[in-house]
Amino acid sequence: MVDLWDGLTQAFWLVFTLDAELAEIAIRSLYVTLTALVIASVIAFPLAAFLAVRRFRYRRVIIAVLNALMGLPPVVVGLIVYVLLSRSGPLGVLGLLFTPTAMIVAQVVIIVPLIASIAHQSLRDLWQEYHDLLISMNVTQMQKMRTLIWDARRALLTATLAGFGRGIGEVGAIMIVGGNIDNVTRVLTTAIALETGKGAFGLALALGFVLIALTIAVNLMIHWLSQTEREGRW
Amino acid sequence: MTALFPLIVSGAETHRRGKVLVGPVDLQLGGEGATVIIGPNGSGKTTLLSLLHGTARLHAGTITWQQPADVARAAQSFVFQRPVMLRRSVLENVAYPLLMRGVRRTKALAVAQEWVARVGLGQMPERAASLLSGGEQQKLALARAFIIEPQVVFLDEPCAALDGRSTREIEAILQDQKAHGTRLILSTHDIGQARRLADDVVFMRGGLVHETAPAAQFFDAPHTDAARAFLNGDIVE
Repeated sequence: MVDLWDGLTQAFWLVFTLDAELAEIAIRSLYVTLTALVIASVIAFPLAAFLAVRRFRYRRVIIAVLNALMGLPPVVVGLIVYVLLSRSGPLGVLGLLFTPTAMIVAQVVIIVPLIASIAHQSLRDLWQEYHDLLISMNVTQMQKMRTLIWDARRALLTATLAGFGRGIGEVGAIMIVGGNIDNVTRVLTTAIALETGKGAFGLALALGFVLIALTIAVNLMIHWLSQTEREGRW
Repeated sequence: MTALFPLIVSGAETHRRGKVLVGPVDLQLGGEGATVIIGPNGSGKTTLLSLLHGTARLHAGTITWQQPADVARAAQSFVFQRPVMLRRSVLENVAYPLLMRGVRRTKALAVAQEWVARVGLGQMPERAASLLSGGEQQKLALARAFIIEPQVVFLDEPCAALDGRSTREIEAILQDQKAHGTRLILSTHDIGQARRLADDVVFMRGGLVHETAPAAQFFDAPHTDAARAFLNGDIVE
């Protein structure tokens, strides 16, 4: 109990005094995850729409695999990305290992299946609603996908927020590919892991509370910006 | 505008899982007025409409317009029994077909505004379409169907779930469009509506066209016993 209280007060002081180091790693956390989120959404939404609209041979298999990949273990993703990006790996020449970019790559891999699966579910339902009308209007495949994505944008936001939650709290992959290097690749989650290892529970908890507050703040902000939960809107 | 009609249907058939839903149907439709397809539930009215529209698969026979298939298809609209509302405003719903045809957004919205007013929804262009009443939704669907200035509009029991007043308003819109030269092909099992709108009648039963006739002739002196019984209000299967 004392540790918890200690953590809370430390968190308060860290935030209150605008601790420079804290600000740096918090901003890096946001930078990595939000960038990964944007890239993952750009990949996942069209993929989900395509799977909703198009009937082809391996569609069901792909959807099943996508659903299974929602539970992809981040450590394994980190390991694979590490191997690919390491000096002797196929993408070693890019020199990306132990950079924020490598962390973004790993997070994109983790987030895409999650966003695509959730997005697919809502787009599929919407497609069922729209099917007859759009078929009758003889619109192109691309127009169908764009219509679905636009009209389901609020449901897609939920998918994005789920992706954000998974990304911002993730530690396994970014620890491996980022290396938790001070001032370079240290983010909130890796810092928490480090401080816990050192036995500095107070600081670790403080960082933890900051992380939770940050997550809630981002969620609220996105909700507010997109005006969900208002009457008569989608 | 070049003529789509006469539409010639010969031996048209569609199946599902080996069962014949509709057909074989032989039919010739001229270029004017309103054709009303009547018949009991499950007689294949809806399927015949989608077959003519080109959204149901044609398993046998031919359906021939006097224009290439894509030209013919682009000159058609379809109004469903239960209108499909896009999750957008009334105005955006009506403008949608124009936008999909590459009309500029400002232009499309301006034309949509006219149509919204024309079908009596002028008070609520910004309202979410899904919040409209059943009658209003069907009026929206009509505006959306007519905005592309189609040569032919298919309507599948457009007033099936509506009260008298909505039905009257919708029939007024349809009469108006008919007067403007739009060809209407609609199904109904409301005989009163068939009498009010029809120029000619297709009576269906069990997936087959049982009788076709000009409206006056059909309602005065139907040739077949089944049609006579149906008009008398007897139960026909």
